[in-house]
Amino acid sequence: MKQRLINRMKLSFPSCSENERFSRTAVSGFISHLDPLIDEISDIKTAVSEGVTNAIVHAYPDRIGEVFMEVKIFEDRTVRIKIRDKGCGIENIEKAMEPMFTTSHDEERAGLGFAVMQSFMDKVSVRSAPGKGTTLTLTKKLKEKERYE
Amino acid sequence: MDTEIRIYTGGIIYAVICGDIDHHTAKGIRSDIDKAIIERDPKLLILDFSRVTFMDSSGIGLVMGRYRQMADRGGEVILTEVVGYIRKVFQLSGIDRLTKIVGDVSRYIGCEQRLDEEDIKEEKTDEAKAY
Repeated sequence: MKQRLINRMKLSFPSCSENERFSRTAVSGFISHLDPLIDEISDIKTAVSEGVTNAIVHAYPDRIGEVFMEVKIFEDRTVRIKIRDKGCGIENIEKAMEPMFTTSHDEERAGLGFAVMQSFMDKVSVRSAPGKGTTLTLTKKLKEKERYE
Repeated sequence: MDTEIRIYTGGIIYAVICGDIDHHTAKGIRSDIDKAIIERDPKLLILDFSRVTFMDSSGIGLVMGRYRQMADRGGEVILTEVVGYIRKVFQLSGIDRLTKIVGDVSRYIGCEQRLDEEDIKEEKTDEAKAY
C-alpha cells in the first residue's frame, strides 16, 4: 500500500566538508517532530553523514560541486532521504559497496561507509551513471509512538 | 574543537577527543594525537570518547591509523568511555578485536603521575643537558 506523504524538505549545498555536520543536523531537526528514539536519530545522522561524505570525497574529488538532499516523511513513520550529486558517478556499484573498498587517496578512510549505512538503515539503494552522478536513497521506518504510552 | 592531550609518566598519552568525529574534523584530531605520539614516543595511547558528540566511520579510520602507528612502535591503543552508538560503529569494523575497549582505565594509569607543562619543560631541559 502506498503511504501518504506527510512532510518533505529539500536543500542543496556545496560539497565542502564543513557541510557534513550541517546536513546531518538538518535531517535530525526535520524529523524531530516524529519524536524518534535517540538511537534512531543517531542511526539516521550517521547514515546521512556517510552518504554526504561519499558525495564530497568521491563524487567531486577535485572540485566543489552541488549536493542535493531531499527528505520525505510518510504517514507510517517511514523516513526517506535522497542524497544526489552531479559528480563523476560510480563505475561498479557492487564493488563500491564492498566493505573495506575505497578509492580514496586518504589512507585513513576505512571504506566502511556503505556497511554503516546498510547496518543503520532499513534499506539503502544506489543509482549511478558514470560522468553524470549518483543518487543514494536511505530508508528507515521509525518505531510507533505508542511505545511511550 | 581541540583534542585534550594529557601526558603521564610510564610512557602514557591520554587523549580526550572533543566534539564530532567526521571526515571534516578527523584530520585535526589525527594531527593533534600524532604530534603527541612523535614528541613522546609512548608505550600506551588511551583514547577517551567521553566528550565525543557524534561519530561516523571516520572514527574507525582514526583509530585504525593510530593503532598502526602504535603497533609500529611496539605500543598499544586502548579506547575508553565508548558509549552505545559509538560502540555500534566500532563493532561493525571489528576494530574492537584489535584494541581493548575498557570502562575503567585506572588499572593502566593508576600509579602513574600526570605531567604538567612545567614537568615537560624540565624534562626537555634535562635531556638537553644530558646531550
